[in-house]
Amino acid sequence: MDIDVKKVAMLARIRLTDSEADELGPQLGSILGYIEKLSEVNTDGVMPTAHPHDAAMPLRANIVTNSNRREALQAVAPNVLSGLYVVPKVIE
Amino acid sequence: MSWEVVIGLEVHTQINTATKAFCGCSTAFGSEPNSQTCPVCLGMPGQLPVLNGLAVDKSILTGLAINADINLESKFDRKNYFYPDLPKGYQITQFTVPLVENGYLDIPTKSGEEKRIGITRIHMEEDAGKSMHEGLDGVSHIDLNRSGVPLMEIVSEPDMRSADEAIAYLKQLHQLILFLDVSGANMEMGQFRCDANVSVHRPGTPFGTRAELKNLNSFRFIKQAIEYEVNRQIELIEDGGEVVQETRLYDSVLGESRSMRSKEEAHDYRYFPEPDLPPLRVYQQQVDTIRAGMPELPGQLRRRFETEYGLSPYDADVLTQTRALAGWYEALVAAHASDPKRCANWLANELLGRLKELGKDIEASPVSAHRLAGLLDRIADSTISGKIAKDVLDAMLECSDDADAIIEAKGLKQVSDSGAIDAIIESVMAANPDQLAGYRAGKDKLMGFFVGQVMKASRGQANPGMVNARLGVLLKG
Repeated sequence: MDIDVKKVAMLARIRLTDSEADELGPQLGSILGYIEKLSEVNTDGVMPTAHPHDAAMPLRANIVTNSNRREALQAVAPNVLSGLYVVPKVIE
Repeated sequence: MSWEVVIGLEVHTQINTATKAFCGCSTAFGSEPNSQTCPVCLGMPGQLPVLNGLAVDKSILTGLAINADINLESKFDRKNYFYPDLPKGYQITQFTVPLVENGYLDIPTKSGEEKRIGITRIHMEEDAGKSMHEGLDGVSHIDLNRSGVPLMEIVSEPDMRSADEAIAYLKQLHQLILFLDVSGANMEMGQFRCDANVSVHRPGTPFGTRAELKNLNSFRFIKQAIEYEVNRQIELIEDGGEVVQETRLYDSVLGESRSMRSKEEAHDYRYFPEPDLPPLRVYQQQVDTIRAGMPELPGQLRRRFETEYGLSPYDADVLTQTRALAGWYEALVAAHASDPKRCANWLANELLGRLKELGKDIEASPVSAHRLAGLLDRIADSTISGKIAKDVLDAMLECSDDADAIIEAKGLKQVSDSGAIDAIIESVMAANPDQLAGYRAGKDKLMGFFVGQVMKASRGQANPGMVNARLGVLLKG
């Protein structure tokens, strides 16, 4: 199966060299080819599986349970200023 | 040959729960940046989302109010894209099976007829954080307090044929959402945001290629942006060009839009089922309970105000703009039951006008419904005229006294004593011999002059009905 490795890499923000892309292309293709076998199965009248477990979603009560832990949570951020995360400019 | 405009709208409205969609963080607006976040809404590895039950109930309520089907089983999906205000790298949304489908809203149109606008679906999703770029050099600042706030995305059918219809639909939807109390729907605070899909075509031919206008946050800008886009597309086609499918950003300062080409590549969202969330199941009994608790909706309320209180369609519309206002009106009518129309006039024309000048909503009115009723009672029993009552209302807004106390303290009681009124009339006649002679010579129009003079001489306190009646007798001599 043929896939556009460069495009997938771009969407996933992964930088690939040409040789890496050449190497990964057939590997990804064979994985998709394997999955493709599923399309040979007759699924007429079978409900799509939404989730592997036959469980309904548990729900949360609308009650605030989290307090302000900004300092601890921002300890791992590369750059913060006055409580804001600082990131490379993201608008043209 | 004319062009037909085709508009479909996507509205994102924040659900007004106390906590976020998938975690126990507060949704309070205006807090210290990043003070309402946790590992779940920051997208830390290994964290699992748990959906807020009240957000589900509010979405169901909205679905029922637009006459839609509620899917007893719906699913969540991941919409993948990279942006710094989306820490997980995907938004949890409902792609294949939304909670709500196949609804509609009836909107008023210029012709006076109602038009039905289809609503394809309402799906639940989460908001992104907030990016700030202004005044920053080479960097952006990110506040993730909004990350994970629950949203409903309400997607219409391409059923609108003009910017005016689009605005009518949005206003109707906005009012409905406020009535249901499912969102603060404050547009300036970003709680009610609109994207518009706009295309043009010749009637009878297939729809044209559409452009998407993003993030329109006031009714005025939405109208301007749509009108600009319609003209842009028509000119483009008439000049031999072709509309391309793209996202455009409207600049309300320049009054024009520009293409956001960089968004195009990112539109490959690669949706897939959210593995962290099993299907959402709701129960018919739950839906029925929510339906039973549905408040009276704006249209129903409008019709009831017209039939029960005999209001004009215009007054009924004004007084049902918000639930609070409608409730205030009914409290006023309860306290001054003899004349619901007088209640409507004084609330809609007098009190609301004064509150607007003070920059206040009806909820913050210094005059309660009970106090206003006390004033209307004095008009009803002719203690004061309507004109004097306006002055009393002004005074009531500045103190906490009731109408009776102000009328008493200022000596504003209407003069209905025919002897006193006759005395004033006599003095006015004596002071204006020329006009009196003119009237007696057949200049009937001078009646108005005398009424005005008598009212003035009585400082507005003479009973106008009696003044007219007595003048009719005395002027003739």
